[in-house]
Amino acid sequence: MIEFEGVTKRYPDGTVAVEDLSLKVETGRITVFVGPSGCGKTTALRMINRMIQPTSGRILIDGDDVTSRPDADLRRGIGYVIQGAGLFPHRTVLDNVATVPVLQGVSRREARASARELLERVGLSANLGDRYPSQLSGGQQQRVGVARALAADPPVLLMDEPFSAVDPVVRDDLQQELLRLQGDLGKTIVLVTHDIDEAIRLGDKVAVFAQGARLAQYAAPADLLAVPADDFVSSLVGRDRGFRGLGFADGAEIALKPVGHTVDGLTLELDADGRPVGWRGPDGLLPTEGTFSDGANLRTITDLVILSPAGAAVRVDEHGRADGLVLVEDLAGRVRTQQRERLAALTQDQVEEAEAG
Amino acid sequence: MSLDYLLDAANWSLTSPDGFPQRILEHLGYTALALAIAALVAFPIGLLIGHTGRGALIAINLGNAGRALPTLGVLMLMLALVGIGLVPVTIALVVLAIPPILATTYAGIRSVPDETVDAARGVGMTESQIAWRVEVPIALPIIIGGLRNASLQVVSTATIAAYAGLGGLGRYLFDGLATLQYDQVVAGAVVLAVLAVVIDLVLAGAQRLLVSPGVDGRGADNSPTTNRPAEPISSTA
Repeated sequence: MIEFEGVTKRYPDGTVAVEDLSLKVETGRITVFVGPSGCGKTTALRMINRMIQPTSGRILIDGDDVTSRPDADLRRGIGYVIQGAGLFPHRTVLDNVATVPVLQGVSRREARASARELLERVGLSANLGDRYPSQLSGGQQQRVGVARALAADPPVLLMDEPFSAVDPVVRDDLQQELLRLQGDLGKTIVLVTHDIDEAIRLGDKVAVFAQGARLAQYAAPADLLAVPADDFVSSLVGRDRGFRGLGFADGAEIALKPVGHTVDGLTLELDADGRPVGWRGPDGLLPTEGTFSDGANLRTITDLVILSPAGAAVRVDEHGRADGLVLVEDLAGRVRTQQRERLAALTQDQVEEAEAG
Repeated sequence: MSLDYLLDAANWSLTSPDGFPQRILEHLGYTALALAIAALVAFPIGLLIGHTGRGALIAINLGNAGRALPTLGVLMLMLALVGIGLVPVTIALVVLAIPPILATTYAGIRSVPDETVDAARGVGMTESQIAWRVEVPIALPIIIGGLRNASLQVVSTATIAAYAGLGGLGRYLFDGLATLQYDQVVAGAVVLAVLAVVIDLVLAGAQRLLVSPGVDGRGADNSPTTNRPAEPISSTA
């Protein structure tokens, strides 16, 4: 666990980057600091590995004050990934990844061997290891940056806008990769971004920072969308928070109609194996626009219902055979229930808050 | 004007105390000594002010002031202060060589991108590890460029050693002019020019050996970047 205790950073010219920040980052989870530029989120992150020294307050990692060890020692035990990767141009990819183990006294040969394995782990082919960073694409460099941070197997990983220098397609790739890696590794990750979508996608917990690193809200992404703490958070979260919030709601509870059900003159046509082919109607065959399977969230199902010419999403089993239909009216009922539950929880929170205050 | 003196085999005798081989060795000796001292003084200072960013203004201005000093003037002054010999010559040449080495070392270290230094610090390098393992290797092409520049200036100016009663290729120039033996002057000038080019080539070779292919762009020649194929944007969020 990483704890901020009343941490303030004030610069000599009087600028206050972070004011009296108190926050607990949970072990083994991804915690995202999100906020507009200049809100102090990066300063807060960089105080964890003492790249910036707090003016007052203290930061503890698993109960130990970060000032209790020499800076370099502390940093070798914390993975650090920055925007644009910051690779060493004069070293090969392998030697970049091997940096921290070599600093810790591991032999170069041994460090290179494990670096080669790590490359594959972050989705790069091991034969890229002998190249120099300038020969890699931005996305590949960022993967190497992550591999370098993981090389000494540190329990804590700090990531400062790690994916903002790459294009959206590559960013999507890298985000998926990070979630996959985190599934295997279970590191304590603190990630800074200005992109609320990235925060919601990656974070187990999201800390929304307003100016001066005032903590506007610290909650799970679903709660952030469901119950924004104030106008600042709701404006940051954006206009379609209702739709995006459905991404955290389970679609299992929707009532299903049988596959043979006729919707507004359209019937689902199946091939010999029972896989959906399209909607048969007076105008011929129309596409289904996709299917969903067990475990899909309400957002995916809603999107399919909206796209479908029949206003119905097709559910398939693990063999791709159609086994049910979600009609727009059944979806509407489920969404209505979902929002009532959300608001009930919200009212409950407010009651508790009022009682506590 | 003739090339007789240059082409006379007797002047290329290895044993003759005033033949070309002996004079070239003397000349290289003065040059190497001055460059070594200048590098020992200027390189650490350039590294320090480049790494910390402090004291740059003073150091650069002192360097420029040093550059403005006429070497012959410095030599005269030193001759007056310490008498003839190797010391005044070396001091004059060191004063000549320090500014280019200092300025390029400083500029080279400053040219290392901030995020690279930030990453080095962030992964847990100490300040001296950052300087030696990251900043110097990346700045090396610029630093060696300064050394090549300084070596060219010193090797051509080391002719003043003859003025202070020493040897070197300057002997042919001063003696030839004094005795109106212009073929001797031409010979000295030609050998000196060739020597300067050879030294520069040697340093260029050293640069190629020492500088990482990832820094000077050689690494990018053979294998083009292979981008991962773009995948269709998926709608799952």
